Amino acid sequence: MTAAASALVTRVLPPVALFAALLLVWQLAVVIGDIPAFFLPSPLAIGGEFGELLPSIAAASLVTGTNALVGLVVGSLLGVAAAVVAAFVRVLDEMFAPLIAAVAVVPIVALAPVLYTMFGASLEIARVIVAAIAVFVPVFINSLRGLRQVRPVQRDLMRAYAASGWQTARTVTIPSALPFMFTGLRIASSLAVISAIVAEYFGGPRSGIGSLITSAASGSNYARAWAFVVGAIIVGLVFFTATLAIERFFTRHVRAR
Amino acid sequence: MNAAVEVENVDRVFTTRGGAVTALSGVSLSVAPGEFVSLIGPSGCGKSTLLRLVADLDEPTAGSISVFGKTARRARLDQEYGIAFQQAGLLPWRTVAANIELPLELHGVGKAARARRAAELVALVGLGDFADRFPDQLSGGMQQRVAIARAIAEQPRLLLMDEPFGALDEMTREHMQLELTRITAETGAAVVFVTHSIPEAVFLSDRVVVMSPRPGRIRDIVDVRLGAAADRGEDLREDAGFFAAVTRVREALHGADAPGVGVDLR
Repeated sequence: MTAAASALVTRVLPPVALFAALLLVWQLAVVIGDIPAFFLPSPLAIGGEFGELLPSIAAASLVTGTNALVGLVVGSLLGVAAAVVAAFVRVLDEMFAPLIAAVAVVPIVALAPVLYTMFGASLEIARVIVAAIAVFVPVFINSLRGLRQVRPVQRDLMRAYAASGWQTARTVTIPSALPFMFTGLRIASSLAVISAIVAEYFGGPRSGIGSLITSAASGSNYARAWAFVVGAIIVGLVFFTATLAIERFFTRHVRAR
Repeated sequence: MNAAVEVENVDRVFTTRGGAVTALSGVSLSVAPGEFVSLIGPSGCGKSTLLRLVADLDEPTAGSISVFGKTARRARLDQEYGIAFQQAGLLPWRTVAANIELPLELHGVGKAARARRAAELVALVGLGDFADRFPDQLSGGMQQRVAIARAIAEQPRLLLMDEPFGALDEMTREHMQLELTRITAETGAAVVFVTHSIPEAVFLSDRVVVMSPRPGRIRDIVDVRLGAAADRGEDLREDAGFFAAVTRVREALHGADAPGVGVDLR
């Protein structure tokens, strides 16, 4: 057996088997235990709804995914920019610190209803803003930590080389910070999706996956609500794996000292 | 001709929360061009501090330091010295060759010339097959060789080394010492070498500067000169002259004090 094939068997197969077993137990429990659909629909019923509604799930996922992505990009750019400023201007860092701590403890989605009235309930903008604010905090904190990773020996070396501030930033400070920035991005990507979905629970246009979950649940279409939840899970997984891949790429050599 | 390094009456006092700590007191030392001088002493004797002052990574509280007749600051800005530390301090996202090229790149050397010089240096430190590897693929000794290649990349007339072999195992260390004598013989650079190993200091040096702590000062300077750098080989370590010099440095080091606090007696 090739190394890739054996890795597939030893690392991929067990969780897949566990997942299949859980689905089977779930299905049997619902059927044999005669569990009512409003409490827990069976996996087969959810699967059936998922297949039937695939086009609308895909469209709604695209709307929510776009909100999350725009929020992720805008929030990350602002987070990195603010971290760079804070790293190089100490006074601003001290001004930012309490503000960031305050933003970090606010449940950002709580802002959604307020933002809908500010920007209009028929637009997606409020959801993008919620995602962007949620993203800003972890990206800022991780980037700032990354920008402070330059080791004393490297600082001494750059001084010995009489390197300019810009040369030091370009050759040492920013490359040392990149893995941390992408770790922040990975953490933020899940937050962006969660925020974009939950923001939809509080109103706004009935376009995204979150709005479909609430309307299906309130219309007693339980299996359908679960099918939309599966769609939301897929959106979350896509964001997570994409940012994880980016992070892996940028941290591939950081173990060395 | 100007001395490579001229240290006159230097004090360095650090102000800490617990009060003033005198790291160096009344230190004077002259290193001739091409001369190999080791600084040895127990922890806290200020040997690394003295090296940092020469490199202008720190400034003396009193006294003066000149490097090839210039102030230490001017010498740093003019890139009169190459430097290596106990930690190799390689940039993990750069290959071996790109790490060696770093100082050349910062000082505006063209791409082709950089590549040529890096290839020479990689061969000089015996890492010919590893030019395209990343630091995390190298052993500690190999990383330290890259750091030395980087330090001599711009052919400095002065090499400052702060325990560059301190983190290596004994066998690698002896091998690296031999390599260093070969490299300094080829480049003709003066070297100021901080160590706490007596045999290392004796094997490498023309003169060994013995320092004592609290406050850090020079206790004695032992003339070793076991022959031209190029002629030194492994057999020197078993030479009677070598043992005699080790004994002289050890006696200078211990003086009237209790033996060997913080000193590597291997």
